[in-house]
Amino acid sequence: MSGLLFAEQCLNGLQFGLMLFLLAAGLTLVFGIMDLINLAHGSLYMLGAYLAATLTQVTGSFLPGVALALLATALVGMLLEWSVLRHLYRRDHLSQVLATFALILIANEATRAIWGVQPLSFNVPAALSGSVELLPGLSYSAFRLTIIAVGLLVAALLYLLIGRTRIGMLVRAGASNRAMATAMGTNIQRLFTVLFGVGAALCALAGAMLGPLLAVQVGMGENILILAFVVVVIGGIGSVRGAFVGALLVGVVDTFGRAFVPLTLRQFLPPALADAAGPSLAAISIYILMILVLLWKPQGLFPSRA
Amino acid sequence: MTMPTGYSRGLAYWPLALLALALLLPQLLGMFGFDFYVSFATRIMIMALLASSLNLLVGTGGMVSLGHAAFFGAGAYTVAILAREWGGTPATSALLSWPLAMLVGALLAAFIGAICLRTKGVYFIMSTLAFAQMLFYVFLSLKSYGGDDGMSLTQRSTLPGIDLGADVVFYYVVLALFAVALLLLGRLDRARFGKVLRGIKDNELRMESLGFAVFRFKLVAFILAGAMAGLAGALMGNLNNFVSPNMMHWEQSGVVLVMVILGGLGRLWGGLAGAAAMLLLEEILPNFLPHWQILLGVILLAVVFFAPRGLAGIFRA
Repeated sequence: MSGLLFAEQCLNGLQFGLMLFLLAAGLTLVFGIMDLINLAHGSLYMLGAYLAATLTQVTGSFLPGVALALLATALVGMLLEWSVLRHLYRRDHLSQVLATFALILIANEATRAIWGVQPLSFNVPAALSGSVELLPGLSYSAFRLTIIAVGLLVAALLYLLIGRTRIGMLVRAGASNRAMATAMGTNIQRLFTVLFGVGAALCALAGAMLGPLLAVQVGMGENILILAFVVVVIGGIGSVRGAFVGALLVGVVDTFGRAFVPLTLRQFLPPALADAAGPSLAAISIYILMILVLLWKPQGLFPSRA
Repeated sequence: MTMPTGYSRGLAYWPLALLALALLLPQLLGMFGFDFYVSFATRIMIMALLASSLNLLVGTGGMVSLGHAAFFGAGAYTVAILAREWGGTPATSALLSWPLAMLVGALLAAFIGAICLRTKGVYFIMSTLAFAQMLFYVFLSLKSYGGDDGMSLTQRSTLPGIDLGADVVFYYVVLALFAVALLLLGRLDRARFGKVLRGIKDNELRMESLGFAVFRFKLVAFILAGAMAGLAGALMGNLNNFVSPNMMHWEQSGVVLVMVILGGLGRLWGGLAGAAAMLLLEEILPNFLPHWQILLGVILLAVVFFAPRGLAGIFRA
C-alpha cells in the first residue's frame, strides 16, 4: 500500500517538477544571458493560463486553445521585451526589480479588468479526465501523465535546441560570456527578442497545463515565481541543465514534503499539533533544500559562468 | 570646482520645515475634519522607519535583502506575545516590550546575517528570502498565536503618564522615534562606519585588501537594520492592535524594497519619500480610477526611466 502511495507521489513530484522546469528554463536564460531579473515572468504564466482557458472555451477544444495561447503569449512576451525590458538590460538589478514589479501590478490589474476577480473555470479536457492503470493497483490521472509526457518532450527539444543548433550555440555563448559573444558579432538584440518569446511560450505552456489542476486566478504567477527562482538558484544561474535538475529536486521535495511530513509527524506528535505543523514544515522543506545546496555549492549545482 | 555652499545651506532648512509641518499635522488635519488621517500619517512614518532601515542595507551597504519583513513581523509578534502570555503592566509596558522587540529583531538578524552574508548577489537575495519565508510558515502554523488568522491585541502598549491609546499621542511618539532614527542614520552615514559601508558596496575586494573587516561591518549593519525593523514592527502591531504572519511574507519584504528603490537608494530621505509616495498613491488613486493599480504601475515605470535615482534623487542634481 505505502509502496503504491510512494510511486504515486513520485509521479506527482515529477509532474510538478517538469512544469517548474518550463518556468525556470526561461527565467534562468533571461537572467543568465540578459542579466535581467524579471519578476514579471510569473505574469506571463498567469496570462498563458487565462488565455488557454478562454481560447479553449472559444474554440471548443483543448489542443487548439493551448496552441493559440502559446502563440499569443509568445507575442506578448516579445512585445514586452521590445517595449520595456530591452531598455533595462544596462540598468542595475534594483531598477529592474522596481520596473518588473510595476509590470506585475499592471498585468494583475489588467487581468482583473478583462476577466474579473473570480477565478476562471478551466477543466481537464474530457478525453484526458479518466485515469490509467499503470501497475496492478496503481491507477494514475491521464491528464497528469500527459503533463509528464509534454514536460519530458519539451525538455528533450530544449536540450537539442541548445546543444545542437546554431541559435543554441549563441545562447550558450551568451550565457558564459556576454561581452565576448557580442564582440564576436552575435546579433544579441534579435537573439534576446527571440529568446524572450520562447521563454514566454514555455510559461504559457506551464500555465495551460497546470491551470486545470491549480486555480486560474490573479496572483497565481507570484506564488510560483518564487519557486521558479528557487529552482534557478539551486541549478545555477544561466544553466538550463541546472534548471532541469533543480526543478525535479524542488518538485519532488515539495510533493514529498506535503504528502509525507504530516503523516510522519503524526507518528510521534499529538494529531492536532502534527496537523498544524505539517503543512508548514512541508512548505519550509524547499527553502531548507536551497540553503543546503547553496552551503554545498554557493554558485548552484551547474554554474554556467567561468 | 567650488562647493555650492549656499545650496547645501539651503538644504539644511527644509528638514526643519518638514518637522514643523509634521508637528502641526494633527492640528491641521483636525481643522479640516480629517482626523482619520492621523493614523494614516502614523502608518506612513512606521513604514518609512522600516524602509529607512532597509535602505541602510540596500542603499548604503549594497546588501539587497528580500527578507526584511522577517524582523518587522518578529518585532510585532514580540509585543503581541508578551501581552498575551503575561498581560499586566510590566509585559505591556512600551519601556519593556519595544526594546525587547528591537532585541529580538537584532538577534534574529545576527543569526540570519551570519549565514546569508557569506553569499553574494542573487544568492544573498534568495537566502534572505528563504529565512523570512521559513519564519512566515512557522507563525502560520502556531495555532496558539492565531495561525493564519493573526492575533488581536486588547490594547496598545502603555507608557507611564502617556496615553498611547489616543491616536494623536501615538502619532507624536512615532514621530519622535522616527526623527531620532533618521538623526542616527544620518550620523552613521557621515561617520566612518557609513563610509566603510559605501566602500564595501562599491568594491568589496578593495575594502578587504585595505584591511577592513568587511564581514563584520556588514553584519553590524544587518543587526542594526534588524533592530530598527523590529521597532517598526512593534509600532505597527500597536497601531493596528493586530499582528499576522502576512507581516513577514515575502511580498511585504518586496513592497518595502520597492519603497526604498522608489524613494532613493542610499539617500537619508529615501525611505520616507518612498513610503509616503507609495502609501499616498494607494490611498488617493482608488478614488479616481477603478483599475488604479495600472496607473500605479505606469507611475513606477516612469520613475525607473525618468528618475533613475529615485524620488529623493530628484531634488539633488
